[in-house]
Amino acid sequence: MLWPPPWPAFASDVLTVAPPRQITARRGQTFPAALRVELRGGFHVNSNAPADEYLIPLRLAWEVGPLQAVEVVFPKPRLEKYGFSPKPVSVFTGDFDIATNFRVAADAPTGLHLVKGKLRYQACNDKLCLPPKTLEVQLAVDIR
Amino acid sequence: MSWKFPRKAAAALMLAGLLAGGCKSTRLSVNAATLKPAKDRKPAPEFDLKDAAGKPVKLSEYKGKVVLLNFWATWCGPCKIEIPWFMEFEQQYKDRGFAVLGISMDEEGWEIVKPYIEKYKLNYRVLLGTDMVAQIYGGVDSLPTTFLIDREGRIASVHVGLVSKSDYEKEIVEILDTRAAASGGARGGAVAAAVAGLR
Repeated sequence: MLWPPPWPAFASDVLTVAPPRQITARRGQTFPAALRVELRGGFHVNSNAPADEYLIPLRLAWEVGPLQAVEVVFPKPRLEKYGFSPKPVSVFTGDFDIATNFRVAADAPTGLHLVKGKLRYQACNDKLCLPPKTLEVQLAVDIR
Repeated sequence: MSWKFPRKAAAALMLAGLLAGGCKSTRLSVNAATLKPAKDRKPAPEFDLKDAAGKPVKLSEYKGKVVLLNFWATWCGPCKIEIPWFMEFEQQYKDRGFAVLGISMDEEGWEIVKPYIEKYKLNYRVLLGTDMVAQIYGGVDSLPTTFLIDREGRIASVHVGLVSKSDYEKEIVEILDTRAAASGGARGGAVAAAVAGLR
């Protein structure tokens, strides 16, 4: 067992991803896994579908391996009004989950696997923006 | 352009602190500055960047003018609201020796910045930023970050984050109305020495 996980939370200036619990899965199984994202108060990240073409969307991409990310499901974004935009902005704020549905290959080797992913985001508050960042995350899956 | 801290970031930040005279950016807070007294102003670091036409641009070319130097990016919402203000300032005060210089920190470079300039019809010069320029200006880890530079090439104020149009205009008018004080010293020499120390 790798719980508690041997790595700390994945974090940057204003955004933290809590280390996900280790998951046990069988070959051929499809299972969900959630990443808990925590944003510092007052900050937001653009949602996965911002209305403005120039805004950088939230993205989560997983490496391909014995586990395949079938679908990444973002929460429903909030439409927030900020002083810098005449229109509401599609954002995520506070704490939220990003779910990923994984499928284990039928011929996946058994044992413990670390699935690596990259969370790309760009954070702002109502006065300023921070540069876009990519946070590396990982999920431990025990395939049986 | 990665906009990542280079190996010598710490040294660069120290340099920026030296050059910017303590008006370094504060990462997560908004800094609404007022004009520094002339005697307290430090030389604005020299840079050599390219504009949208590929023409090299040095800050020293603007000596004798008041320069509003704005670090921005196309993805920065608060930056976007300032752009029309800066266009208006450029138009209104250029005959009095004022110029706006925008430094884009977009990682994608001109591919995304040029269409943006055209779409929003920016009437002032936009340059493509580099990690080094960001570093020597204090790190510029938040956008917008805007420096108001006096006719002698010294930093008169710094704003990190969005401030009001009236605050900008008040400072611009004040600095345009102020006749040049005694030179703040060997600007080029100080910058060159500090940059040389990074190499």
